[in-house]
Amino acid sequence: MPQPRVYETEAVVIRKMNLGEADRLLTLYTSSLGKLRAVAKGVRRPRSKLGGNVELLTCSRLMLARGRNLDIITQSQSIDSFMAIKTDLQRTSWGLYVAELVDRFTPERQASRALFELLLKTLNRLAGDGAGETALRYFEIHLLELAGYRPQLSRCPGCNRELPLSCRLSFSPVAGGLLCMKCRAGEPEVISLSADAIRMLGRLQDSDGEDVLKTGLSQALNAEIGGVLQEYISYILEGRVRSAAWLRQLRNGV
Amino acid sequence: MKSGFSSDGSPVSRLVEAFHKLPGIGPKVAQRLTYHLLRAPVEEARALAEAILDVKEKIRLCSRCFNITDVDPCTFCEDEGRDRTIVCVVEKPLDLLAIERVGKYKGLYHVLHGALAPNEGVGPEGLKVRELLVRLQGSPVREVILATNTSLEGETTAMYLQRVLSPLGIRVTRLARGLPFGADLEYADDLTLSTAIEGRQPV
Repeated sequence: MPQPRVYETEAVVIRKMNLGEADRLLTLYTSSLGKLRAVAKGVRRPRSKLGGNVELLTCSRLMLARGRNLDIITQSQSIDSFMAIKTDLQRTSWGLYVAELVDRFTPERQASRALFELLLKTLNRLAGDGAGETALRYFEIHLLELAGYRPQLSRCPGCNRELPLSCRLSFSPVAGGLLCMKCRAGEPEVISLSADAIRMLGRLQDSDGEDVLKTGLSQALNAEIGGVLQEYISYILEGRVRSAAWLRQLRNGV
Repeated sequence: MKSGFSSDGSPVSRLVEAFHKLPGIGPKVAQRLTYHLLRAPVEEARALAEAILDVKEKIRLCSRCFNITDVDPCTFCEDEGRDRTIVCVVEKPLDLLAIERVGKYKGLYHVLHGALAPNEGVGPEGLKVRELLVRLQGSPVREVILATNTSLEGETTAMYLQRVLSPLGIRVTRLARGLPFGADLEYADDLTLSTAIEGRQPV
C-alpha cells in the first residue's frame, strides 16, 4: 500500500536554517518518526500562518506533506511554546544546548518515544522554577543511555570487576566508565571524580532522578559532574558542543 | 545542470552558470536572464557589470554604525538632522532599510551583522557588540532601541544586549510585538497573542 501523502505528528523544533527568500529548513524531533528535516514555506514573512508555531524550542502538532526530498509543513498548532524558557536568557541558552545535543546524537528517521519524552520533560523542567543545571545533568545522562552510551559506574569496563564504593575514581571517556585502580594505570586520558559526584551520577542514572531534581545539585557537584559528562560527550561526538561554550561564557558573567 | 547547455565555457554558458549560482535563481531563470541581456543594448549590460564591480570594490562597513556604505562615515551617521541621542540596533543592513522605508525613525543605527546562535557557534564576539559598547561609552545616547528579529535568535540577542547595556545607565527599549496587519487571529501563535494582549492599547 502506498504511504499516505500527508501525515500528522507532534514535534519539537531543534534546529533551523534559512532557505531561499522566506522559507526555513527545520530539524524536528518528532514523537512518531524521530528526527527529520522539513521545509516551512514562507515562514519568515510576518503574516505566515505557521509563524511562531515552528520556532526553535516549540512543541507543535504538525501536518506534513511528503515531498520528493524533504517533507513540507502544511499546518501547525502549537502545544507548548515554552514561553518561560524563551523570555529568559539563561533558560533559552540551556534549551538550545538540549536541542543541539538531541540533534547531534540522533540519526534521521529513527523513532524513539523515550527520547521524545525525555526532551519534553527536560524543556518542561527548564521552563519551571526548579534547578535548571541539575535538569541538564539528568538530560545528559539519560540521553547518553538512550543513545547507547550509558556511563558504566558500578563495574570497571576494563576488567569487569566490581568497583569500590565511596572513594575517588577515574572516569575514562574512551572506556565509557569508571576504571579500577589497575586499569586506570594504562589510561592516559582520565578525569578524577569525587565519591560524592559518583554517588550522584548513579542516583541520576538509576532512580528516575526526580528526588535529585527536587533538591538540586550543589554548584560544585554540578560543575564536577557537568565537566566529566561534557568530556565524555565531546569524545563520542568527536567535537565540542557549540552551545556549551556559550553556557560557559554565561556562567562566567557576560 | 539540466539547462540544455553543456558547460562548454562559451560566453553564453558562462553567464548562465554565473546567474545560476545566485540565490533563488534556477536554471530556467538563469537562461532567461542571459537571453534578456543578449538582446539588451550594450549600455545596459555594461551598467550592470559596473554596478556589480562597484559593489564589490567600493562598498565597505561604516566605522561607526557598521552599515554597508560607500563613504565612511555613512550618510546616516553624518546626517546632522538625525537625533544623536537614540540608536536603533538591527541585525542586518536590510533591516535598517526596512525601518528607513517607514520614515518614522530619525535616530542613528547600529548593525550587528547577525544574531546570537549559540548552537550554530555564533557568540557575541561574532557580532558587532563590543563595537556598540565602545560607541556608547561617553556618547550623548540616551536610548537604545533593540530592533532584532522576533525569532528565538533575535530575542536571545535582545536579552543579551539588555544585560550588557544595563550597567551603562542608558534606557533600553524593544520594538513592540503583536499582531501583524491583515492577519487572522486564529493563526497567531501563543507568544504573539500573549504579547499582543499584554501590550494592548486604549482606542
